[in-house]
Amino acid sequence: MKNKYYLKFTGKYLLRVVTLLIAVSVVSFILVSLSPVDPVQQYVGAVPNVSVEQRAKIAEYWGLNDPPVQRFLAWAGSVLHGDFGVSLLYRRPVLDIIAEKFTASLALMMTAWLFSGILGFGTGCAMGMFHGKWPDKILKKLCLVMCSIPTFWIGIVFLMVFSVGLGWFPMGMSVPQGVPAEKVTILQRIHHLILPALTLSFLSFANVALHTREKLVDVLESDYVLFAEARGETKWSVLKRHGFRNILLPAVTMQFGSFSELFGGSVLAENVFSYPGLGAAASAAGMNSDVPLLLGITLFSALFVFAGNMLANIIYGIVDPQIREGYRNE
Amino acid sequence: MKRQPVLSVEDLSVSFRMYDTGLEQADLQVISNLTLDVCPGEIVAIAGSSGSGKSLLAHAVMGLLPGNASVTGKILYKGMLLSQKEKEKLRGKEIALVPQSVSYLDPLMTVGAQVTGRTPDEKTLKAQKEIFQRFHLKEGTEKLYPFQLSGGMARRILVSTAVLSNAQIILADEPTPGLDLEMAVEALKIFRELADEGKSVLLITHDIDLAFHIADRVAVFYAGTTVEIADAEDFQKGPKALRHPYSKALWEALPQNGFKPIPGFQPYAKDLPKGCLFSPRCPYKTEECEKEIPMTKVRGGYVRCIHAD
Repeated sequence: MKNKYYLKFTGKYLLRVVTLLIAVSVVSFILVSLSPVDPVQQYVGAVPNVSVEQRAKIAEYWGLNDPPVQRFLAWAGSVLHGDFGVSLLYRRPVLDIIAEKFTASLALMMTAWLFSGILGFGTGCAMGMFHGKWPDKILKKLCLVMCSIPTFWIGIVFLMVFSVGLGWFPMGMSVPQGVPAEKVTILQRIHHLILPALTLSFLSFANVALHTREKLVDVLESDYVLFAEARGETKWSVLKRHGFRNILLPAVTMQFGSFSELFGGSVLAENVFSYPGLGAAASAAGMNSDVPLLLGITLFSALFVFAGNMLANIIYGIVDPQIREGYRNE
Repeated sequence: MKRQPVLSVEDLSVSFRMYDTGLEQADLQVISNLTLDVCPGEIVAIAGSSGSGKSLLAHAVMGLLPGNASVTGKILYKGMLLSQKEKEKLRGKEIALVPQSVSYLDPLMTVGAQVTGRTPDEKTLKAQKEIFQRFHLKEGTEKLYPFQLSGGMARRILVSTAVLSNAQIILADEPTPGLDLEMAVEALKIFRELADEGKSVLLITHDIDLAFHIADRVAVFYAGTTVEIADAEDFQKGPKALRHPYSKALWEALPQNGFKPIPGFQPYAKDLPKGCLFSPRCPYKTEECEKEIPMTKVRGGYVRCIHAD
């Protein structure tokens, strides 16, 4: 019975992810086909003396003259075989690049994610507890200001203050310059990670905090908190027993739903800090008409966001008995 | 000989500070000069239409009013004047609330954990089991979440929290709607039993009929004040035994007593009439009614009407 339930659950998600990926690949392929990107020009690059005939031959060889549907099927066919093509920019297989860049990005995104999640939740709880009093008022204004600051701008400000002005952090990159890769220490990596991670967490920190505050205020004004107080529970006990439990679910939603923002934000943050992650690679692929890499990253990011939402759904089922029951009855 | 009341409310007024139009703040007086007491072993039923301040009275007694409320008057527990701090100390121990609906239970916590509290000992758990049995709640009910309860079950669970708390005063805020007659009678019987054990019950209810039969005294609320407090017997006898024109009208509005409505409606707290709050709807209104009307003793009951005899 239980096994059957898990099987059904897994099957449902597999079906969803497959349809999602098909839809994303079709749409992004159409967009790329419609764009003025010329892969031949990109491939030939700055090499002089490539005649028009030679260009036509390359185009013919790549099948660029075939109808779009045929081209899509050819691309999708090789993708299904695990061949995402070769990046025109890096001259290496797309999958290798995604794997390499994603590891760098993952460290950055997860740090920012944990940072904004934990601190945002804590700040939100503090604001909710002091609802209407001065700590709440001050923190709330700070959060609203933080919400309105664009990521790339705060990144530049951080660089100016902490790197240029105070010299606490390096100017960018993920490792120090001129040091062989095997000699880079973990501390050096963390040192390079802090500023971009702070920048990336800045936006969602305020969002999480404000959202948590709103939710906690709702909960503390609810009937069941009133009744808990009527049963003699102290303020702290009410917060611990009923408050956290009831704001956890929306916080989880926010946190895992923010995977897409996180990815979008990493494009900006990585560019400002010249951090060699997936975000930087995505914008480089776009700027340099690296079609295979761009499509590969698009598919990968869809998978990444999907994973975030799926995790949120699973955690829902664990936290909320009503949703657990709902899953079981599906 | 009059027994010492365990809870007495004297001249209680509650008002809320609210934003009127724009940034103008206005005080909205929702309870005015309310006087009421409950003795040990007694059930006092509070009857009155929606918006007459019944639930607010319960919240005021427990010190559960929101921050924008201001309270004047006295609330005494066993003759001792209660401050907010003392109310907080007493609630759940000496004074228990039976709230209105399932929304008063935490949706994400099993009902057992809510009924027995934070760290239940063996004795509490045993008592909880017995009480659930008494209320015909099946074994395992304590492991359910509020959304899995039927309306009737939820209500019985809410009542059981008060029973378990061993409080001296039970403020029951509409404990019967949603229960079928049998279950409602059963619930009220339990209040009767509790009262017979020496506890005091303040029963806020719309089931006036049932209340007349189960309660010792009945207090009739209108627009945030008590208009009449009298023995429940008087309410069973009918209008002749009653004192206030509103009580009489309430009695006559009951289905079995003719179902007769009276014109007009209860005034909104923002524009209360001067003097007697019922005067705009009262057939006996005279000029005297626009003055302050005190509670006076008439034929063994108390009434807020100068024409009562």
